[in-house]
Amino acid sequence: MSTAILPAPTAAAPAGVAQAGLDLGALFTQSEVPQFLAELERDLIGLEPVKRRIREIAAHLVVGRAREMVGLICGAPTLHMTFTGNPGTGKTTVALKMAGILHRLGYVRRGHLVSVTRDDLVGQYIGHTAPKTKDILKKAMGGVLFIDEAYYLYRPENERDYGQEAIEILLQVMENQRDDLVVILAGYQDRMDRFFESNPGFRSRIAHHIDFPDYADDELVRIAKAMAEGADYAFAPEAEAALADYVRRRRSQPNFANARSIRNAFDRMRLRQSLRLFETGGAVDRARLATIGAEDVRASRVFAGGIDAPAAPG
Amino acid sequence: MRITQGTFSFLPDLTKAQVAAQVQYCLDRGWAVSIEHTDDPHPRNTYWEMWGAPLFDLADAAGVMGEIEACKAAHPADYVRVNAFDSARGWETVRLSFIVQRPAEEKGFRLDRTEVEGRTQRYALRHRAGAL
Repeated sequence: MSTAILPAPTAAAPAGVAQAGLDLGALFTQSEVPQFLAELERDLIGLEPVKRRIREIAAHLVVGRAREMVGLICGAPTLHMTFTGNPGTGKTTVALKMAGILHRLGYVRRGHLVSVTRDDLVGQYIGHTAPKTKDILKKAMGGVLFIDEAYYLYRPENERDYGQEAIEILLQVMENQRDDLVVILAGYQDRMDRFFESNPGFRSRIAHHIDFPDYADDELVRIAKAMAEGADYAFAPEAEAALADYVRRRRSQPNFANARSIRNAFDRMRLRQSLRLFETGGAVDRARLATIGAEDVRASRVFAGGIDAPAAPG
Repeated sequence: MRITQGTFSFLPDLTKAQVAAQVQYCLDRGWAVSIEHTDDPHPRNTYWEMWGAPLFDLADAAGVMGEIEACKAAHPADYVRVNAFDSARGWETVRLSFIVQRPAEEKGFRLDRTEVEGRTQRYALRHRAGAL
Protein backbone atom coordinates (compact mmCIF):
# COMPACT_ATOMS: atom_id res chain seq x y z
CA MET A 1 0.00 0.00 0.00
CA SER A 2 2.83 2.34 0.83
CA THR A 3 4.36 1.80 -2.60
CA ALA A 4 1.14 2.92 -4.25
CA ILE A 5 1.20 6.34 -2.66
CA LEU A 6 4.92 6.87 -3.02
CA PRO A 7 5.80 8.90 -6.12
CA ALA A 8 7.78 7.22 -8.86
CA PRO A 9 11.50 7.44 -8.16
CA THR A 10 12.87 10.58 -9.74
CA ALA A 11 16.07 12.51 -9.38
CA ALA A 12 14.60 14.64 -6.62
CA ALA A 13 12.46 12.25 -4.62
CA PRO A 14 14.81 9.59 -3.28
CA ALA A 15 17.41 11.91 -1.80
CA GLY A 16 16.96 10.16 1.53
CA VAL A 17 17.79 6.82 -0.04
CA ALA A 18 20.84 8.29 -1.72
CA GLN A 19 22.17 9.58 1.57
CA ALA A 20 21.34 6.47 3.54
CA GLY A 21 23.11 4.28 1.01
CA LEU A 22 21.77 1.06 -0.42
CA ASP A 23 22.62 -2.44 0.58
CA LEU A 24 23.36 -4.13 -2.72
CA GLY A 25 23.62 -7.50 -1.05
CA ALA A 26 20.15 -7.21 0.44
CA LEU A 27 18.79 -6.03 -2.87
CA PHE A 28 20.40 -9.04 -4.49
CA THR A 29 19.00 -11.60 -2.06
CA GLN A 30 15.54 -10.03 -2.21
CA SER A 31 15.38 -10.52 -5.97
CA GLU A 32 14.78 -13.85 -7.64
CA VAL A 33 18.28 -13.76 -9.02
CA PRO A 34 20.28 -15.94 -6.57
CA GLN A 35 17.95 -18.93 -6.61
CA PHE A 36 17.79 -18.61 -10.29
CA LEU A 37 21.56 -18.58 -10.74
CA ALA A 38 21.75 -21.72 -8.61
CA GLU A 39 19.20 -23.34 -10.87
CA LEU A 40 21.27 -22.40 -13.89
CA GLU A 41 24.38 -23.87 -12.31
CA ARG A 42 22.50 -27.10 -11.75
CA ASP A 43 20.86 -27.36 -15.17
CA LEU A 44 23.76 -26.41 -17.39
CA ILE A 45 26.83 -28.59 -17.29
CA GLY A 46 30.07 -26.84 -18.23
CA LEU A 47 29.62 -23.73 -20.40
CA GLU A 48 31.53 -21.41 -18.06
CA PRO A 49 31.69 -18.39 -20.42
CA VAL A 50 27.93 -18.58 -20.90
CA LYS A 51 27.21 -18.72 -17.20
CA ARG A 52 29.59 -15.84 -16.55
CA ARG A 53 27.79 -13.69 -19.09
CA ILE A 54 24.41 -14.52 -17.59
CA ARG A 55 25.72 -13.62 -14.15
CA GLU A 56 26.88 -10.29 -15.58
CA ILE A 57 23.47 -9.60 -17.03
CA ALA A 58 21.78 -10.57 -13.77
CA ALA A 59 24.15 -8.36 -11.77
CA HIS A 60 23.46 -5.50 -14.13
CA LEU A 61 19.77 -5.83 -13.43
CA VAL A 62 20.28 -5.57 -9.68
CA VAL A 63 22.64 -2.63 -10.06
CA GLY A 64 20.19 -1.04 -12.46
CA ARG A 65 17.45 -1.24 -9.83
CA ALA A 66 19.77 0.30 -7.27
CA ARG A 67 20.64 3.10 -9.69
CA GLU A 68 16.97 3.72 -10.29
CA MET A 69 16.40 4.03 -6.55
CA VAL A 70 18.99 6.76 -6.13
CA GLY A 71 17.74 8.57 -9.21
CA LEU A 72 20.46 7.75 -11.70
CA ILE A 73 19.58 7.12 -15.31
CA CYS A 74 18.93 3.46 -15.98
CA GLY A 75 18.52 2.67 -19.64
CA ALA A 76 17.79 -0.88 -20.69
CA PRO A 77 20.99 -2.40 -22.00
CA THR A 78 21.18 -3.78 -25.51
CA LEU A 79 20.81 -7.48 -25.07
CA HIS A 80 21.11 -8.78 -28.61
CA MET A 81 23.55 -11.67 -28.62
CA THR A 82 25.43 -14.03 -30.84
CA PHE A 83 26.08 -17.60 -29.85
CA THR A 84 28.99 -19.17 -31.67
CA GLY A 85 30.40 -22.62 -31.21
CA ASN A 86 30.80 -26.08 -32.65
CA PRO A 87 27.85 -28.39 -33.28
CA GLY A 88 26.22 -29.77 -30.16
CA THR A 89 27.67 -27.28 -27.70
CA GLY A 90 24.25 -26.25 -26.43
CA LYS A 91 23.54 -23.06 -28.37
CA THR A 92 19.87 -23.82 -28.96
CA THR A 93 19.38 -25.20 -25.46
CA VAL A 94 20.82 -22.06 -23.91
CA ALA A 95 18.77 -19.85 -26.22
CA LEU A 96 15.64 -21.59 -24.93
CA LYS A 97 16.77 -20.98 -21.39
CA MET A 98 17.82 -17.43 -22.16
CA ALA A 99 14.26 -16.48 -23.04
CA GLY A 100 13.11 -17.66 -19.62
CA ILE A 101 16.09 -16.05 -17.94
CA LEU A 102 15.56 -12.63 -19.48
CA HIS A 103 11.87 -12.83 -18.69
CA ARG A 104 12.50 -13.60 -15.05
CA LEU A 105 15.10 -10.89 -14.85
CA GLY A 106 12.53 -8.51 -16.27
CA TYR A 107 14.26 -7.65 -19.53
CA VAL A 108 11.58 -9.08 -21.83
CA ARG A 109 7.87 -8.96 -21.14
CA ARG A 110 6.64 -12.42 -22.20
CA GLY A 111 9.66 -14.67 -22.34
CA HIS A 112 8.71 -16.86 -25.27
CA LEU A 113 11.24 -17.99 -27.84
CA VAL A 114 10.62 -17.81 -31.57
CA SER A 115 13.16 -19.99 -33.29
CA VAL A 116 13.63 -19.36 -37.00
CA THR A 117 16.02 -20.06 -39.83
CA ARG A 118 16.56 -18.37 -43.18
CA ASP A 119 13.48 -19.99 -44.70
CA ASP A 120 11.19 -18.32 -42.18
CA LEU A 121 12.53 -14.84 -42.86
CA VAL A 122 13.41 -14.71 -46.53
CA GLY A 123 10.73 -14.87 -49.19
CA GLN A 124 10.76 -16.54 -52.56
CA TYR A 125 9.90 -13.63 -54.83
CA ILE A 126 10.13 -9.86 -54.86
CA GLY A 127 7.98 -8.29 -52.19
CA HIS A 128 7.59 -11.50 -50.24
CA THR A 129 10.48 -11.00 -47.83
CA ALA A 130 9.44 -7.85 -45.99
CA PRO A 131 5.99 -9.08 -44.87
CA LYS A 132 7.45 -12.45 -43.93
CA THR A 133 10.22 -10.97 -41.83
CA LYS A 134 7.88 -8.45 -40.21
CA ASP A 135 5.44 -11.23 -39.40
CA ILE A 136 8.11 -13.17 -37.57
CA LEU A 137 9.28 -10.04 -35.77
CA LYS A 138 5.73 -9.34 -34.61
CA LYS A 139 5.46 -12.85 -33.24
CA ALA A 140 8.74 -12.45 -31.39
CA MET A 141 7.79 -9.12 -29.78
CA GLY A 142 8.06 -9.32 -26.02
CA GLY A 143 10.29 -12.37 -26.26
CA VAL A 144 13.42 -13.68 -27.88
CA LEU A 145 13.98 -14.18 -31.60
CA PHE A 146 16.48 -16.96 -32.15
CA ILE A 147 17.96 -17.09 -35.65
CA ASP A 148 19.76 -20.37 -36.11
CA GLU A 149 22.58 -20.46 -38.66
CA ALA A 150 22.16 -16.75 -39.23
CA TYR A 151 24.93 -16.56 -41.83
CA TYR A 152 22.63 -18.16 -44.39
CA LEU A 153 20.72 -14.87 -44.41
CA TYR A 154 23.52 -13.37 -46.42
CA ARG A 155 24.45 -15.00 -49.70
CA PRO A 156 27.29 -13.02 -51.26
CA GLU A 157 27.38 -15.21 -54.36
CA ASN A 158 23.93 -14.02 -55.42
CA GLU A 159 23.63 -10.25 -55.46
CA ARG A 160 19.89 -10.37 -56.01
CA ASP A 161 19.34 -12.58 -53.00
CA TYR A 162 16.46 -11.41 -50.81
CA GLY A 163 18.39 -12.13 -47.63
CA GLN A 164 19.77 -8.61 -47.63
CA GLU A 165 16.26 -7.22 -47.34
CA ALA A 166 15.55 -9.37 -44.30
CA ILE A 167 18.84 -8.23 -42.75
CA GLU A 168 17.92 -4.57 -43.20
CA ILE A 169 14.52 -5.00 -41.56
CA LEU A 170 16.09 -6.96 -38.72
CA LEU A 171 18.70 -4.28 -38.11
CA GLN A 172 16.08 -1.57 -38.05
CA VAL A 173 13.95 -3.36 -35.47
CA MET A 174 16.97 -4.38 -33.40
CA GLU A 175 17.91 -0.72 -33.20
CA ASN A 176 14.51 0.92 -32.71
CA GLN A 177 12.62 -1.62 -30.62
CA ARG A 178 15.27 -2.76 -28.21
CA ASP A 179 12.72 -2.81 -25.41
CA ASP A 180 10.40 -5.08 -27.32
CA LEU A 181 12.58 -7.99 -28.31
CA VAL A 182 15.98 -9.58 -27.98
CA VAL A 183 17.59 -11.11 -31.04
CA ILE A 184 19.99 -14.03 -30.71
CA LEU A 185 22.02 -15.10 -33.73
CA ALA A 186 23.60 -18.51 -33.60
CA GLY A 187 26.01 -20.40 -35.78
CA TYR A 188 29.46 -21.82 -36.23
CA GLN A 189 32.30 -19.50 -35.34
CA ASP A 190 34.15 -19.11 -38.65
CA ARG A 191 31.04 -18.61 -40.75
CA MET A 192 29.61 -16.10 -38.29
CA ASP A 193 32.87 -14.15 -38.50
CA ARG A 194 32.58 -13.98 -42.26
CA PHE A 195 28.92 -12.98 -41.93
CA PHE A 196 29.82 -10.09 -39.64
CA GLU A 197 32.63 -8.96 -41.91
CA SER A 198 30.19 -8.47 -44.74
CA ASN A 199 27.50 -6.97 -42.47
CA PRO A 200 29.33 -4.57 -40.15
CA GLY A 201 26.00 -3.09 -39.02
CA PHE A 202 25.20 -6.34 -37.27
CA ARG A 203 28.38 -6.58 -35.26
CA SER A 204 28.04 -3.07 -33.88
CA ARG A 205 24.43 -3.62 -32.85
CA ILE A 206 25.19 -6.75 -30.90
CA ALA A 207 26.73 -6.23 -27.51
CA HIS A 208 27.21 -9.80 -26.40
CA HIS A 209 29.26 -12.28 -28.34
CA ILE A 210 29.23 -15.53 -26.43
CA ASP A 211 31.47 -18.35 -27.51
CA PHE A 212 30.44 -21.88 -26.60
CA PRO A 213 33.51 -24.02 -25.90
CA ASP A 214 33.64 -27.72 -26.65
CA TYR A 215 32.74 -29.91 -23.70
CA ALA A 216 35.47 -31.69 -21.81
CA ASP A 217 35.29 -35.49 -21.58
CA ASP A 218 34.09 -35.55 -17.98
CA GLU A 219 31.45 -32.96 -18.79
CA LEU A 220 30.14 -35.15 -21.59
CA VAL A 221 29.93 -38.09 -19.21
CA ARG A 222 27.99 -35.93 -16.76
CA ILE A 223 25.69 -34.86 -19.59
CA ALA A 224 25.07 -38.50 -20.52
CA LYS A 225 24.24 -39.29 -16.91
CA ALA A 226 21.91 -36.33 -16.67
CA MET A 227 20.18 -37.46 -19.87
CA ALA A 228 19.80 -40.95 -18.49
CA GLU A 229 18.43 -39.62 -15.25
CA GLY A 230 15.95 -37.46 -17.11
CA ALA A 231 14.70 -40.54 -18.97
CA ASP A 232 14.57 -42.69 -15.81
CA TYR A 233 17.60 -44.78 -16.71
CA ALA A 234 20.81 -45.34 -14.78
CA PHE A 235 24.24 -46.54 -15.81
CA ALA A 236 25.69 -49.56 -14.06
CA PRO A 237 29.08 -48.78 -12.44
CA GLU A 238 31.03 -50.64 -15.13
CA ALA A 239 28.86 -48.97 -17.79
CA GLU A 240 30.02 -45.60 -16.49
CA ALA A 241 33.62 -46.56 -17.05
CA ALA A 242 32.69 -47.75 -20.54
CA LEU A 243 30.96 -44.46 -21.11
CA ALA A 244 34.10 -42.47 -20.27
CA ASP A 245 36.01 -44.72 -22.63
CA TYR A 246 33.34 -44.16 -25.27
CA VAL A 247 33.52 -40.38 -25.01
CA ARG A 248 37.30 -40.40 -25.34
CA ARG A 249 37.21 -42.58 -28.45
CA ARG A 250 34.24 -40.87 -30.05
CA ARG A 251 35.92 -37.47 -29.89
CA SER A 252 38.73 -38.50 -32.22
CA GLN A 253 36.35 -39.90 -34.79
CA PRO A 254 34.72 -37.89 -37.59
CA ASN A 255 31.44 -35.98 -37.23
CA PHE A 256 31.80 -35.56 -33.50
CA ALA A 257 29.07 -33.18 -32.35
CA ASN A 258 29.61 -32.86 -28.60
CA ALA A 259 26.43 -33.31 -26.59
CA ARG A 260 24.42 -34.19 -29.69
CA SER A 261 26.65 -37.20 -30.35
CA ILE A 262 26.17 -38.21 -26.76
CA ARG A 263 22.42 -37.94 -27.03
CA ASN A 264 22.41 -40.11 -30.13
CA ALA A 265 24.71 -42.62 -28.45
CA PHE A 266 22.39 -42.73 -25.46
CA ASP A 267 19.40 -43.38 -27.69
CA ARG A 268 21.22 -46.30 -29.30
CA MET A 269 22.23 -47.66 -25.89
CA ARG A 270 18.57 -47.71 -24.89
CA LEU A 271 17.74 -49.66 -28.04
CA ARG A 272 20.49 -52.18 -27.32
CA GLN A 273 19.35 -52.50 -23.74
CA SER A 274 15.79 -53.21 -24.86
CA LEU A 275 16.92 -55.85 -27.32
CA ARG A 276 19.19 -57.47 -24.73
CA LEU A 277 16.35 -57.70 -22.20
CA PHE A 278 14.01 -58.99 -24.87
CA GLU A 279 16.40 -61.71 -26.03
CA THR A 280 17.32 -62.83 -22.53
CA GLY A 281 13.65 -63.19 -21.74
CA GLY A 282 12.57 -64.27 -18.29
CA ALA A 283 11.43 -62.02 -15.52
CA VAL A 284 12.42 -58.38 -15.43
CA ASP A 285 12.23 -56.12 -12.44
CA ARG A 286 12.38 -52.38 -12.02
CA ALA A 287 16.15 -52.32 -11.58
CA ARG A 288 16.85 -54.35 -14.71
CA LEU A 289 14.52 -52.22 -16.79
CA ALA A 290 16.22 -49.05 -15.62
CA THR A 291 19.86 -50.11 -15.85
CA ILE A 292 22.06 -49.70 -18.87
CA GLY A 293 24.87 -52.24 -18.66
CA ALA A 294 28.45 -52.01 -19.86
CA GLU A 295 27.65 -54.39 -22.73
CA ASP A 296 25.07 -51.90 -24.06
CA VAL A 297 27.78 -49.24 -24.23
CA ARG A 298 30.58 -51.48 -25.47
CA ALA A 299 28.53 -52.82 -28.38
CA SER A 300 28.91 -49.47 -30.13
CA ARG A 301 30.77 -49.25 -33.42
CA VAL A 302 32.97 -46.64 -31.80
CA PHE A 303 34.76 -49.47 -30.00
CA ALA A 304 35.08 -51.50 -33.19
CA GLY A 305 37.29 -48.96 -34.93
CA GLY A 306 34.96 -46.09 -35.61
CA ILE A 307 31.69 -45.20 -37.24
CA ASP A 308 33.11 -46.05 -40.66
CA ALA A 309 33.78 -49.64 -39.61
CA PRO A 310 31.07 -52.23 -40.31
CA ALA A 311 28.35 -52.28 -37.68
CA ALA A 312 28.99 -54.55 -34.74
CA PRO A 313 26.50 -57.39 -34.45
CA GLY A 314 23.66 -56.57 -32.09
CA MET B 1 -21.61 13.56 -34.10
CA ARG B 2 -19.57 11.10 -32.09
CA ILE B 3 -19.93 7.55 -33.35
CA THR B 4 -20.66 5.15 -30.55
CA GLN B 5 -20.19 1.54 -31.52
CA GLY B 6 -18.14 -1.28 -30.10
CA THR B 7 -16.80 -1.45 -26.57
CA PHE B 8 -15.63 1.68 -24.71
CA SER B 9 -17.32 4.01 -27.18
CA PHE B 10 -19.01 6.07 -24.45
CA LEU B 11 -15.66 6.60 -22.74
CA PRO B 12 -13.10 9.20 -23.73
CA ASP B 13 -10.76 7.91 -26.46
CA LEU B 14 -8.33 5.32 -25.13
CA THR B 15 -4.69 6.29 -24.82
CA LYS B 16 -2.02 4.20 -26.50
CA ALA B 17 -1.15 2.52 -23.23
CA GLN B 18 -4.81 1.67 -22.62
CA VAL B 19 -5.18 0.23 -26.11
CA ALA B 20 -2.00 -1.83 -25.58
CA ALA B 21 -3.39 -3.14 -22.28
CA GLN B 22 -6.66 -4.15 -23.93
CA VAL B 23 -4.83 -5.85 -26.78
CA GLN B 24 -2.64 -7.69 -24.31
CA TYR B 25 -5.78 -8.87 -22.50
CA CYS B 26 -7.02 -10.34 -25.79
CA LEU B 27 -3.71 -11.99 -26.63
CA ASP B 28 -3.47 -13.51 -23.16
CA ARG B 29 -6.81 -15.18 -23.80
CA GLY B 30 -5.66 -16.51 -27.15
CA TRP B 31 -7.93 -14.35 -29.27
CA ALA B 32 -6.76 -13.38 -32.75
CA VAL B 33 -6.56 -9.61 -33.03
CA SER B 34 -7.31 -7.88 -36.30
CA ILE B 35 -7.34 -4.27 -37.43
CA GLU B 36 -9.95 -2.71 -39.73
CA HIS B 37 -10.65 0.76 -41.08
CA THR B 38 -13.47 2.45 -42.94
CA ASP B 39 -14.74 5.83 -44.08
CA ASP B 40 -18.34 4.70 -43.61
CA PRO B 41 -19.10 3.84 -39.99
CA HIS B 42 -22.79 3.17 -40.62
CA PRO B 43 -23.97 0.69 -37.97
CA ARG B 44 -25.14 -1.68 -40.70
CA ASN B 45 -21.70 -1.57 -42.36
CA THR B 46 -20.40 -4.75 -40.79
CA TYR B 47 -17.53 -5.25 -43.17
CA TRP B 48 -14.81 -2.68 -42.73
CA GLU B 49 -11.64 -2.82 -44.83
CA MET B 50 -9.15 -5.23 -43.33
CA TRP B 51 -5.70 -3.90 -42.54
CA GLY B 52 -3.75 -6.99 -43.55
CA ALA B 53 -4.63 -10.44 -42.31
CA PRO B 54 -5.64 -10.99 -38.67
CA LEU B 55 -2.57 -11.18 -36.46
CA PHE B 56 -2.34 -14.77 -35.35
CA ASP B 57 0.12 -16.32 -32.87
CA LEU B 58 1.31 -13.13 -31.24
CA ALA B 59 2.41 -13.09 -27.62
CA ASP B 60 2.90 -9.40 -27.01
CA ALA B 61 0.85 -6.32 -27.81
CA ALA B 62 3.86 -4.51 -29.28
CA GLY B 63 3.38 -6.28 -32.61
CA VAL B 64 -0.28 -5.22 -32.80
CA MET B 65 0.50 -1.67 -31.72
CA GLY B 66 2.97 -1.34 -34.60
CA GLU B 67 0.27 -2.38 -37.06
CA ILE B 68 -2.30 -0.04 -35.50
CA GLU B 69 0.09 2.87 -35.86
CA ALA B 70 0.84 1.89 -39.47
CA CYS B 71 -2.89 1.74 -40.25
CA LYS B 72 -3.52 5.12 -38.62
CA ALA B 73 -0.67 6.68 -40.56
CA ALA B 74 -1.95 5.26 -43.84
CA HIS B 75 -5.58 6.28 -43.19
CA PRO B 76 -5.49 9.38 -41.00
CA ALA B 77 -9.07 10.37 -41.89
CA ASP B 78 -10.67 6.95 -41.37
CA TYR B 79 -12.21 5.19 -38.44
CA VAL B 80 -9.91 2.42 -37.22
CA ARG B 81 -11.07 -0.39 -34.99
CA VAL B 82 -9.50 -3.40 -33.33
CA ASN B 83 -11.34 -6.73 -33.22
CA ALA B 84 -10.47 -9.78 -31.16
CA PHE B 85 -11.82 -13.08 -32.44
CA ASP B 86 -12.24 -16.04 -30.12
CA SER B 87 -11.99 -19.31 -32.03
CA ALA B 88 -12.90 -21.46 -29.01
CA ARG B 89 -15.71 -23.91 -29.70
CA GLY B 90 -19.00 -22.47 -28.54
CA TRP B 91 -17.83 -18.89 -29.01
CA GLU B 92 -16.37 -18.68 -32.52
CA THR B 93 -17.10 -15.00 -32.65
CA VAL B 94 -15.67 -11.56 -32.08
CA ARG B 95 -15.35 -11.11 -28.32
CA LEU B 96 -14.11 -7.55 -28.24
CA SER B 97 -14.21 -4.75 -30.77
CA PHE B 98 -13.35 -1.12 -30.14
CA ILE B 99 -12.53 2.03 -32.07
CA VAL B 100 -8.96 3.27 -31.75
CA GLN B 101 -9.08 6.20 -34.18
CA ARG B 102 -11.72 8.65 -35.31
CA PRO B 103 -11.41 11.37 -37.93
CA ALA B 104 -10.63 14.83 -36.55
CA GLU B 105 -14.11 15.97 -37.48
CA GLU B 106 -16.85 13.37 -37.30
CA LYS B 107 -19.39 14.21 -39.96
CA GLY B 108 -22.22 12.08 -38.62
CA PHE B 109 -25.26 10.87 -40.59
CA ARG B 110 -27.88 12.42 -42.79
CA LEU B 111 -31.45 11.17 -42.91
CA ASP B 112 -32.73 10.50 -46.44
CA ARG B 113 -36.50 10.36 -46.99
CA THR B 114 -37.95 8.66 -50.01
CA GLU B 115 -41.63 8.95 -50.81
CA VAL B 116 -43.06 5.77 -52.23
CA GLU B 117 -46.58 4.68 -53.16
CA GLY B 118 -49.46 5.89 -51.00
CA ARG B 119 -47.39 8.72 -49.49
CA THR B 120 -45.42 6.15 -47.49
CA GLN B 121 -42.04 7.39 -46.37
CA ARG B 122 -38.89 5.26 -46.52
CA TYR B 123 -36.00 6.42 -44.40
CA ALA B 124 -32.30 5.81 -44.81
CA LEU B 125 -29.24 6.93 -42.86
CA ARG B 126 -26.28 8.00 -44.92
CA HIS B 127 -22.86 8.89 -43.63
CA ARG B 128 -22.13 12.51 -44.51
CA ALA B 129 -18.52 11.84 -45.45
CA GLY B 130 -19.75 9.57 -48.22
CA ALA B 131 -20.25 10.48 -51.86
CA LEU B 132 -23.29 12.77 -51.39
